[in-house]
Amino acid sequence: MRAGSDTIERRPARLDPYWLLVLPLVVLLVGLFVYPILQVLWISVTDPSFGFENYRRLFTSGSIHRMLWTTFRVCAVTTVLSMLGGYVVAYAMINVSKGHRMWMLLFILVPFWVSVLVRAFSWLMLLHDGGIANTVMIDWGLIAEPLHMVRNELGVIIGMVHFMVPYAALPLYANMSGIDTSYVDAARGLGAGPFESFWRIFLPLSLPGVAGAGILVFILTLGFFVTPAILGGGKTAMIAEYVSVQILNLARWGVASMLAVVLLVAVFLLLAIMGRFINLREMFGAR
Amino acid sequence: MERTYTWRFGIVLALAWAVLFFLFLPTFVAIPFSFTPERYLSLPEDQWSLRQYVNLFTNEKWLSSIGQSLIVAVCSTVIAVVLGTLAAIGLWRIASRFAEAVRGFLLMPIIVPPIVVALAFYRVFVELRLLDSYLGLIIAHMILAVPYVVITVSTSLANFDVRLEQAARNLGASMGQRLRYVILPSIMPGVLSGAIFAFIVSWDEIVVTLFVTSFRIFTLPRRMWDGIREHADPTIAAVATVLIVLTLAAIVLYTLIRRRA
Repeated sequence: MRAGSDTIERRPARLDPYWLLVLPLVVLLVGLFVYPILQVLWISVTDPSFGFENYRRLFTSGSIHRMLWTTFRVCAVTTVLSMLGGYVVAYAMINVSKGHRMWMLLFILVPFWVSVLVRAFSWLMLLHDGGIANTVMIDWGLIAEPLHMVRNELGVIIGMVHFMVPYAALPLYANMSGIDTSYVDAARGLGAGPFESFWRIFLPLSLPGVAGAGILVFILTLGFFVTPAILGGGKTAMIAEYVSVQILNLARWGVASMLAVVLLVAVFLLLAIMGRFINLREMFGAR
Repeated sequence: MERTYTWRFGIVLALAWAVLFFLFLPTFVAIPFSFTPERYLSLPEDQWSLRQYVNLFTNEKWLSSIGQSLIVAVCSTVIAVVLGTLAAIGLWRIASRFAEAVRGFLLMPIIVPPIVVALAFYRVFVELRLLDSYLGLIIAHMILAVPYVVITVSTSLANFDVRLEQAARNLGASMGQRLRYVILPSIMPGVLSGAIFAFIVSWDEIVVTLFVTSFRIFTLPRRMWDGIREHADPTIAAVATVLIVLTLAAIVLYTLIRRRA
């Protein structure tokens, strides 16, 4: 139908008939995704009355302070542990044979794809007071009383680290496989030991990838809902669960919307910072 | 290639496998629990039983949840695949700076935390009277899934030679014909992977579902959520086992598709 469009090569891009293919999705997202989010923004400054009353709570409310601090603490600890695990796995992956690497990848991808509810349930079965871990440790005489490993912060962190290690390992692996190892070889050739050449050459070269993956992991942990709700047993309320309680139990739209906006702003700020370390377009597959 | 490892790297490798087992093994803990003959969550001791599976596949509530999840996942996958594929092709062909920005915009639903999306949908669905309806949940899941289709199709297109499409155009093929006979057949693996991703996103989705449904629509993750949180229902272990098996099947399918590509 547009067979002749080649003759007008340099017309403005927005007239390209291919926009017709893009338009339906863009319209749908603007109407049913952007507009609803803007509404949340609007509610945060109008409910119950117009102004920044809700945002003032960020500085005055003790329970919000505690919740924000819990969120930050759990997310930071989870990020550090996931990055350590992910780094070791990624570093091993670039140094083994292809077949060995495929097995390692399989061990990352299978848990990665299993439903988050299934995994939270599994951890609950492993860690609760009468669970597998406690039963085994008591049978072996390691402990006399069961350790409390769920319905507290420990359980939440274990479950979240389990979820996040693949998100740390996969981008780190992609980043590390792009590092030119001849630098490391050169350092070895010049007399550096294996530890020194890692510490002074490889590690610094991998730091941009570490920063990028670390921020990605931190962003994802901030929004966690299912794992804290199941393994925290309501005692470790992080921001997502706090927001859901505000809406579903208390119908406090103003406070909930304000916290949602705070979360959204934090995520976009971190994403902007992350864009400085790794190529976001490449990460999202649009090479 | 023959490889010999230094003892230092041996330690690194042992640590790496320790992390990998930490990831892998706990994923399957639910499986033994699913064979308990008891009415409560426990490990089978003397005898194994399929009681939980019988319950899963005969209990009306579980069956209706499976059915509802299937309906929602299939519908949202179909819409997400159609819209996402068309948009990815359009953006790929336009290939301008602005098109790149639009692609970034299309990926937003992955980036915005689920709880924020849930809140936003809840509020707007009240106005649109879409709460607790198939249409509402399908729209919500479609929006959450569509970025994955855009990503996989864009990746496929990156390896597709744009000159094939130009040749078809010069030979007089309309946009519809070029899509159907030239572009789509070459990017099918990307489209299919996108469909698998989209299906899994919808099939597993719980946060938004918790907000926009109440009792008429009760998807499988919703019933599992209830089962885990409210009453330690042993059927959960059977559901979990079935889901694990399905996930493994999906990974095999995905690998086969990628290999053919």
